[in-house]
Amino acid sequence: MEPLNFFWEEAKSWDELVEKCRTLWLDPAGSTVRAWKQQHPGEKAIGCFPVYTPQELLVAAGCLPVSLFGGRGQVEIDHADSHIQSFVCSIARSTLELGLAGHIDWLDGFVVPSICDVARNLSGIWQHNFPKGFVLYLHLPQNVDSAAAGTYYRGELERLRDSLATLTGRPVSDEAVRRAIRVYNRNRALLAELFERRAARPAQWPVVHVYALAAAGNLLPRQEHNRLLERALVLGDANLCPQRDVVRVALRGAFCEQPPLELLEVLEEAGCAVVDDDLQIGARFFLAPVAEAGDPLMALADAYRHRTVLTPVNNPGRRSRSDDLLRRCQEKALQGIIFASPKFCEPALYDSVLLKRALEGAGLPVLEFEYEEKMTVFETVRMQAETFVESILFFSER
Amino acid sequence: MTSSYQHQGTGRDYQKNLLGAWYRRLENAPRDGTPVAYLFISGNIGELLRSFGFELLFPEVNALQCGIKKVSGGMILKAEDLGYSSDVCGYVKNDIGLAATGNRGPFGALPKPDLLVCTYSGCNTYIKWFEALAELYGARLFLLDVPYRRTGETQRQEDLDYVVAQLEQLAAVCAEITSRPYDPDRLSQSLAHSRAAEDLWVRILESARHRPSPFDAFFEAVFFMAPIYVLRGTRECVDYYEAAWKEIEERLRYRIGPVSEERFRVVIEGPPPWPHFRNFWELFKRWGVCCVASTYSKVGGIWDFGLRHDPARPLESLAEYAVNCYTNWDWTLRRQMLDRYAATYQADALVIHSVKSCRAFSVGQADVREYFTKTRGLPTLFVESDLADPRYFAEAQIRNRLDAFFEALEHRRLAAHRPEAARPGA
Ligand code: SF4
Ligand code: SF4
Repeated sequence: MEPLNFFWEEAKSWDELVEKCRTLWLDPAGSTVRAWKQQHPGEKAIGCFPVYTPQELLVAAGCLPVSLFGGRGQVEIDHADSHIQSFVCSIARSTLELGLAGHIDWLDGFVVPSICDVARNLSGIWQHNFPKGFVLYLHLPQNVDSAAAGTYYRGELERLRDSLATLTGRPVSDEAVRRAIRVYNRNRALLAELFERRAARPAQWPVVHVYALAAAGNLLPRQEHNRLLERALVLGDANLCPQRDVVRVALRGAFCEQPPLELLEVLEEAGCAVVDDDLQIGARFFLAPVAEAGDPLMALADAYRHRTVLTPVNNPGRRSRSDDLLRRCQEKALQGIIFASPKFCEPALYDSVLLKRALEGAGLPVLEFEYEEKMTVFETVRMQAETFVESILFFSER
Repeated sequence: MTSSYQHQGTGRDYQKNLLGAWYRRLENAPRDGTPVAYLFISGNIGELLRSFGFELLFPEVNALQCGIKKVSGGMILKAEDLGYSSDVCGYVKNDIGLAATGNRGPFGALPKPDLLVCTYSGCNTYIKWFEALAELYGARLFLLDVPYRRTGETQRQEDLDYVVAQLEQLAAVCAEITSRPYDPDRLSQSLAHSRAAEDLWVRILESARHRPSPFDAFFEAVFFMAPIYVLRGTRECVDYYEAAWKEIEERLRYRIGPVSEERFRVVIEGPPPWPHFRNFWELFKRWGVCCVASTYSKVGGIWDFGLRHDPARPLESLAEYAVNCYTNWDWTLRRQMLDRYAATYQADALVIHSVKSCRAFSVGQADVREYFTKTRGLPTLFVESDLADPRYFAEAQIRNRLDAFFEALEHRRLAAHRPEAARPGA
């Protein structure tokens, strides 16, 4: 993998840009991050565990946030086995493997948010095996309706900001946080635009392509990713493809551990146009821009409490996950829902039971299966997806 | 134990009666018009709820009862039929299965909740569990968010303030449901009982420092700890621990204990395999193993580290309590606890029972095994099964591992005591 070279500026076509992003994503050892560090001596690269980390603070502190999404099927679990049991999701195991095996020794710190029991305990394993001060644990509030959660979470953000300042040796100003919020608001707006275009013309914006473009943001400085997305929107518009007969589906369950790219391809080949998904949802976590004026930490705290997408690992408070999904089904004219849960991911597995019940009550077809990072055989999923599509088309034609 | 003793058997029998009476109160709650709150063991703020007149129901305790009475397997299958994965917590599935089959268990019929209080103190699964129950019963859910207790920190005031603010909100919810005002005096009285019971319970736990230990801090503690979890804050709970302490005192006096000859002292990490509880215990008894300290007995409160409910600071001390339950401690704190237990209770080994259901407990136990075997040089036995799902208990395999482990430990001990010249090959 060549070092970071602003490839998006030179990309001549959509396919070329997508291919480069895909290569970037399929390199869990992050050679571009290594290159970035060489180009920026003394600067820190900080890992972020999914689902959501307030990366604005990391950027404001002058660090490069790198989302750690495990081994992406590219690493063998060798060192991690003696530290973490086998009945745990792949992302926890393979991320630990990347760390223990030294694949990501460019990492200067690791923010682990309190998304689930596995993540909470994983933070402890990292703490034990890496130097002091390396792991930055972040408590994301659960009682989101309580005003006390706002105050508390603002305090958590302050604490994270202070730990980052200690790590870099530089204070982090409010203005720097506001600047970072602007960059991320822009990034979320560009991603939203990209996903909207896909929803409108799924054949022209294939899910796995859009996915790769979004995924590049996990490894690049966010303002560079903004330029990449701007370029992508231009190239994608010119990438005219014939429309296909497909059914419009939502994909749920992939908010944390990511499925293999082949799985997304298989779904599309089977005739599922995934026009709504929770893939790498952390980058698209807020439904509205974060306030760019006023106390920036309170702005992030408010956004977290009131304006997030709903996933199995953040609390809906007064909102309801089922109502939310049913509304999206209507807004996006969805014809079916696919629950693809990572093997052993309890939050996803619990939620799918309740959501499925609500969808079936509303007469929406559901397909459900589990995946793993290192899954290599997709024939069963392909068959299930084809049958799913056929049955939807059959009933819609009657 | 022989009947010439005055107090032997009290701890178990008295506990059984108390729990039976409590389940009967629950069964009669709808008839008596008593409001019912469901809550979890870890971080349970039962005293606050009781001060409003709620009767308390703990779905975890029901799951445990179903496990030990060997009916959990059927409940779990029922929940799996309803769409729950084979990879999620068996306690949750047991409860869903129970609800789906008319909410009647080995303990009688269960009332529906008027309020669900979910403390995010034990695990994230708690939240998922009560989200499902809220939907099932259409009951109100209060989520008490409890920050994780992190290493290298003294207790953070912000964490406590956050929990206290939520407890005030919860009190308002309780007042609304029960039409009773919040009564701090009543709560304080109850906390005085909690504190008295906690003092006695710690005394019982610490009696295991004696050689031989009068008490098995795992296999017996699971019975002895039930009242302090489900009835804490009541006079009857204090009475129970006074009686239980008499039993322990008598054992100390006569040097009697859970095994006829104490040959190995171990610390146990992890919950028991409820559906195979007795068989599991037997495997240890055969080797004269006594558990002298366990972490499972700290899931509902870590009082042996000095913490107490405090009538003078009712909400603050409830908050402190909720933050300091075992699985709400991060791994460094948990490891330090194990280290301290191994040293102060003079353990010969550490036993880790890793259960698939409970990621909050188990993820990281493998790392802990590495630490104790490699860094601390403490022999560590690692066995896997489950706390609720009988399908995961491979008895023959567990027995083999256990036998091999204690046999090796015995060899080591013999070798260490044998004069140098007599050692084979020396
Ligand atoms: S995949 Fe699921 S269980 Fe694993 S870390 Fe993510 S949210 Fe937790
Ligand atoms: S995950 Fe563990 S602590 Fe949570 S409900 Fe299940 S057994 Fe209890």
